[in-house]
Amino acid sequence: MASVCFYFQVHQPFRLRHYTVFDRSPRYFDEFKNASICRKVANKCYLPTNRLLLDVIRRNEGRFRIAFSLTGVVIEQFQKYCPEVMSTFDALADTGCVEFLAETYYHSLSFLYSRDEFLEQINKHTDTMERLFGQNVRVFRNTELVYNNRLAEIIESIDRFDGVITEGADHILGHRTSNFVYRPVGCNRLRLLLKNYSLSDDIAFRFGNRNWKEYPLMADKFAGWINKVNGNGQVVNLFMDYETFGEHQWQDTGIFDFMRHLPEEILKHPDNDFKTPSEVIDAYEPVDTIDVPHIISWADMERDLSAWLGNAMQSNALHEVYKLEKLVKQTCNQELLNDWRKLQTSDHFYYMCTKYFSDGDVHKYFNPYESPYDSYINFMNVLNNLKERCGQSFIRSSRQPAEHIS
Amino acid sequence: MRIFMLGWEFPPYISGGLGTACHGLTRALSDLGQDIVFVLPKPIESPQASHVKMLSPSQIRDFETSKSDAGTLAGLENVTFHSIASSMQPYTTPEYYQQKIKEIIQQKNEEGGFSDSERALALQQWENLAHESVGAGQYSGDMYTEVHRYAAAAARLALQEEFDVIHAHDWMTFPAGIAVAAVTGKPLVVHVHSTEFDRSGEHVNQMIYDIERRGMHAARKVVAVSYLTRNIIISRYGVLGDKVEVVYNGVEQNNDNRTAFNKIGIRSDEKIVLFLGRITMQKGPEYFLMAARKVLEEVENVKFVMAGTGDMMHRIIEMAAQMGIGHKVLFTGFLRGNDVQQVYQMADLYVMPSVSEPFGIAPLEALNYDVPVLISKQSGVAEVLTHVLKVDFWDVTEMANKIIAVLKYPPLQLTLREHGNFEVRRLRWSGAAQKCVKVYNELFQHV
Repeated sequence: MASVCFYFQVHQPFRLRHYTVFDRSPRYFDEFKNASICRKVANKCYLPTNRLLLDVIRRNEGRFRIAFSLTGVVIEQFQKYCPEVMSTFDALADTGCVEFLAETYYHSLSFLYSRDEFLEQINKHTDTMERLFGQNVRVFRNTELVYNNRLAEIIESIDRFDGVITEGADHILGHRTSNFVYRPVGCNRLRLLLKNYSLSDDIAFRFGNRNWKEYPLMADKFAGWINKVNGNGQVVNLFMDYETFGEHQWQDTGIFDFMRHLPEEILKHPDNDFKTPSEVIDAYEPVDTIDVPHIISWADMERDLSAWLGNAMQSNALHEVYKLEKLVKQTCNQELLNDWRKLQTSDHFYYMCTKYFSDGDVHKYFNPYESPYDSYINFMNVLNNLKERCGQSFIRSSRQPAEHIS
Repeated sequence: MRIFMLGWEFPPYISGGLGTACHGLTRALSDLGQDIVFVLPKPIESPQASHVKMLSPSQIRDFETSKSDAGTLAGLENVTFHSIASSMQPYTTPEYYQQKIKEIIQQKNEEGGFSDSERALALQQWENLAHESVGAGQYSGDMYTEVHRYAAAAARLALQEEFDVIHAHDWMTFPAGIAVAAVTGKPLVVHVHSTEFDRSGEHVNQMIYDIERRGMHAARKVVAVSYLTRNIIISRYGVLGDKVEVVYNGVEQNNDNRTAFNKIGIRSDEKIVLFLGRITMQKGPEYFLMAARKVLEEVENVKFVMAGTGDMMHRIIEMAAQMGIGHKVLFTGFLRGNDVQQVYQMADLYVMPSVSEPFGIAPLEALNYDVPVLISKQSGVAEVLTHVLKVDFWDVTEMANKIIAVLKYPPLQLTLREHGNFEVRRLRWSGAAQKCVKVYNELFQHV
């Protein structure tokens, strides 16, 4: 039996506007840019792919099943800039074949810095999923699939979660494969699903590469690779950014046709099926425990944090953000809290990455800044203004009672 | 290969980046085993007779050790220097020299039997003639005259030398390059370190433009120091693109005499933002001042150091006073040798706000001294450096924003330093020399 488990990550950050040290405005985010990117990606990816998947689900009468993780910040942008995307997600939720996963609402790295903030963001996200899609989320994925034993412990301590997702990095698996369900070391109830990065990246990264020896990748060929797992694995976890469809792999690569035909090609083999993450957890027993003492992620070759925490600017910026937690929360000002949380989105720190910067590689394509230095400067200017506003907010609230008396 | 190289300045007698570039390039070419005859008009204080001195490197050292650090000539084993004594003396008109060069070419064409030595003699006579004519009141002690006198002298020198290629640096040597090429029939390569549009904006000096244009068109290959300059050469001078090659400048590795500990004595709690370059329109000193004023609105403990001289110096000093920031801006005048090193070591940030900079070696030097760098996007060096801050020269608010960020956020300075110093290590003169050799070789492949 080989179950194919698709999970798509849907995310767009609130990008900052150009903010100099001379700016005093409390508006930090680039409305125009965010709206136009959101609409552009909606037209190229979210809308056509949602319609396509809806169609495939209906055609296969419940046998094609998938999972999504939508960040809170992308949902806010959909609601604001292109509500029609939300209605297609609603339709997907209504099919009963789509599971929604939990994550930090702000797509943050809060796990690394503040347990309180981490838990609050998970709660905010699970509430949102329940409110929008009527689902009780059972499986958690951390931002950028950041994971270690400690994360598993925290997640197990939250009753509602039965599983957690991370990268099937070679060094945590050793001789084992990602094609089974595992148990995190130190956990009893919690199950671990590991991304099959090789087959996932065949779709997400290599699909349109004309120099790849498997180019062009057709649905039947890929189904053949899935069939090979039969006998030495139970589940193939295909985890990828949803923007793979139409944005990372453009329409002319044939990615949509591939996805349209893939389900029936895979289902041609009687032993294959599709399962969502919680269905996988219910269906298969863990075969072994996985020990991850050091933090991993799904990024780059290193599978570590270096894309977000690889230089002095990044570590300084992250540190400074979380240093404000107490101050921001003391103000009890919802606006300040939201702004502060939007600054936690991991993308802001990714833009500051100097790794590979001179080579002008993939990191550049999704970066709104000309250089990592520009992004750090901009971010720190915003953060300093936020800090000032927090101070002012205190002064105002301490003054107010006095004004009442007079 | 033997290269007849025509330069205008050479360390320690430099007024800008051209001398530094010639030094770096010849040294690296020499390391590659190329033979170079380097001709330059040496400014000599006492007005001597106008004649040519042929000097080997060791002779030059003996001749000059009192004034210069002898080290500048180390590593130039394969370079022979010829200097043509020249100072701003009253000579005759450029037209006179042009006429003479024309005559020699004509003579060469007409009388095949005219031997090199005879021709050299003839040239020598014309030069002497020129010198004698001073008293006749033909005063024209300007750059153009110098340029043409240099051309005539170089042409005469060339007849005594054996070489394969002529390599001329910037417009001052282009007439010489053309003359030498005409006299010897050897292929000419012109190296453009800067164009008249960089130096003067739209108010170009027509005479200089014409010289540049003539040089570029007469050359078999044009070497540009950046794509920025290459574009100017193609669009403004009408040179065909396939004739123009880009060879980026480099920088010499520090001689590891990093006196990092000496800094402690110099440094106070005040930060230093450095401008180092000629104070001329091209270098954008006024934008530096405008940014400085904005920086001072936000940051108190900072000084702005302007190292260099130039025709805008007085205006800039007055401007600083008018802005009320005179006490925060220090002018050092032109710096040489150890002083340059010291001012770099004191700096927290080096700013090059050039309006138009064909390349810009100074930022590389700053990075070599571990100083973070902010450069204008209108500079050629911006094409090769990624771990630096970049800004449009006119955007003084953004310039100030970035200066403040460097002063205010230590991790930014740290990261820029770390990566910048690593990056600059890849930009060595040896790479530039290799590309030049490739250009030379191509000259002979297609014939």
